[in-house]
Amino acid sequence: MNEISDAPTELTGQDGERLHISGLFVGFVSGLPQLLFPLLAAVFGARKADNPALIPIMIVAVLALSLFFRWLGWRRFRYHVGADDIRVEKGILNRTARSIPYDRIQDVSIEQKPLSRMMGLSEVKFETGGGHGDDATLRFVTLEEANRLRALIRARKAGEVLAQDVPQMAAPEDTETIFAMDDKRVFILGLYSFSLVIFAGLGAIAQQFDFLLPFDWWDLKRWAGFAKESGVSVNSINGVGITGHLILAFGAFTSLIFIGFATGVVRTYLREYGFRLTKTAKGFRRRRGLFTLTDVVMPTHRVQAAVVQTGPIRKRRGWYSLKFVSLAQDSKDESNYVAAPLATLDELWRISQAAGIGAPDGDERLRKGAALHWIVQWFLLVPPLPIAVGALVIFADAPLAPTLLLLLLLGIAAFLFWCDWRRYRFGLDDQQLYLRRGWWRERFTLAPQVKVQSIEIAQGPLARRYGLASLKFGIAGGTLEMVALPLSTAQAIRAAVMEKVAAVDYSAINQPR
Amino acid sequence: MFPLHRLKMEKNYRLANAIQCAHISGMTDENLPELTPLDPAFITTSRITSALGLLPFVIGAGVLEFAQLLPPGTFLVPVLLAYAFVVFTVPARKYRYWGYDMGTDRLRIVRGYMFYSDTIVPFGRIQHIDVDQGPIDRRYGLAKLTVHTAGNHNSTVALPGLAHADALAMREAIRAAIRQDML
Repeated sequence: MNEISDAPTELTGQDGERLHISGLFVGFVSGLPQLLFPLLAAVFGARKADNPALIPIMIVAVLALSLFFRWLGWRRFRYHVGADDIRVEKGILNRTARSIPYDRIQDVSIEQKPLSRMMGLSEVKFETGGGHGDDATLRFVTLEEANRLRALIRARKAGEVLAQDVPQMAAPEDTETIFAMDDKRVFILGLYSFSLVIFAGLGAIAQQFDFLLPFDWWDLKRWAGFAKESGVSVNSINGVGITGHLILAFGAFTSLIFIGFATGVVRTYLREYGFRLTKTAKGFRRRRGLFTLTDVVMPTHRVQAAVVQTGPIRKRRGWYSLKFVSLAQDSKDESNYVAAPLATLDELWRISQAAGIGAPDGDERLRKGAALHWIVQWFLLVPPLPIAVGALVIFADAPLAPTLLLLLLLGIAAFLFWCDWRRYRFGLDDQQLYLRRGWWRERFTLAPQVKVQSIEIAQGPLARRYGLASLKFGIAGGTLEMVALPLSTAQAIRAAVMEKVAAVDYSAINQPR
Repeated sequence: MFPLHRLKMEKNYRLANAIQCAHISGMTDENLPELTPLDPAFITTSRITSALGLLPFVIGAGVLEFAQLLPPGTFLVPVLLAYAFVVFTVPARKYRYWGYDMGTDRLRIVRGYMFYSDTIVPFGRIQHIDVDQGPIDRRYGLAKLTVHTAGNHNSTVALPGLAHADALAMREAIRAAIRQDML
């Protein structure tokens, strides 16, 4: 192995280019706010010393120290534009040498903040599809150098980058509407979006602005007095008898339910009104919204997986929702693209087929997890409960009989585990991975195998004794974890999927065709 | 508390470990290739790292001991035992359970003695590659290779304890593989 490392492409820390020295100044000035705290600490420390001359000295020392470390960092930073990758070497004590192959660079962004613009500098960012955005940044190089780098990388990528981003910006042409929701559908979705969040909101507002109210919001006596003034007294409420109480309670309950539904309907109308998903040449285009109309395009090649979700009641009525998982970098706040908020399975599979994700051909491919996995988890719960009961009886003098009811929790847990085990399914066919989980809110994930980024077989200390493993798939923008597989099954699945994955390069699957 | 607990565990896991070792050495139906161990200097560097990292606990125990709150030795003795265990025994064991395999189109990394994990990253999915060297690593000529993928899970996969030259060679090999895929 050692012979290869002597290849001439290796950076020795001497060749490669440095960043522009004026960047030191820009970085120093824009980093000043961060120095506020150390500066204050230094000033406070010096104040005790009864020597006023010490304060400016401390300030200068802190600034000089910061500048010194920036200089050191600058000295140890090199970038090198190689034949097929960009290399960045940095770090004062911890040295990092990063290599970014040109094929992985999605785009090069150049940013100029006011200060750096005055100095004629710019920040160059190489964007790859990395899961956590810690790609390479050059702060700062001259604008010419930045443009040169960008032109260079674009040339190497032979115009692919340009071709990829332009159609997203230009107004896409619709070919056909593949899914739309009429008012009735939106209303039904609203009913399913029952929400009491408005009370949390009101409570928060009341607490936040209670100084504006003429009285203390949480003062019950005041409320009682308030009621008395309006002719309602505790006695008069007590006087209405048991039927009256029931009516009152029922009224309160009904209005609560009504408010919950109304909130759901209103919120859904605002967001989903006029929902229309159309198929364009490159992918999907979604328009929705009552007041704020949103229009979002999702190129098909960015779809990494599809998630079909449903709730306990929705499922009985045959309603499901469909989301596409996309590259995480695509947009920070919405990495899941809602393609259909409320649809029947037929409608839904038609959409997913347009994205190249097919419906599973029947349940027979899907397998159950090993029940042992859930049983072991349940047994882990067994010891703490009798101990808790014992502790309560002995130390807190709780009566034994009611405390024993706590053991019912074990039964409830067993029921929940059983439900989870019953609904859980995993499987794969030639093209896709399937995972279904959740007995209350069901979640069914379908992922094309070629979009898998990495595969991990994991075993905890207990699972290892029982020969069970879980299989974690790295997917851009989402997760897919199969649990409760025998180790040999996990290895077999990984081997099968890996054959598909390794055969195709990442850039090839995430470029528009 | 720590060492006793761990020792008991170890007895329990000896059997499981034996099974695991069978897997590690490739005796599975998948007939995976033999794993390459890390550089033995990794034991030394992780000893140094944990010795330095856990030093505050020893100092803390020393201070508590000095304060003479409890009978002598209550703090210092267990802490020192735990310290010795973590610093001397654990790194060697950790080393035994690490392993990697550079395939022609994929990198496989196996680790974990309690929590076993066996990750494969195809070269075709690697976004970029880091070779890190901390000050301790540099003294012993070691480096850590980190590959970044686009996945949310395992967005970074790290392989520490490689000889620096090996890490660089692996980086070159991966980069060349990515390049070739595109042609």
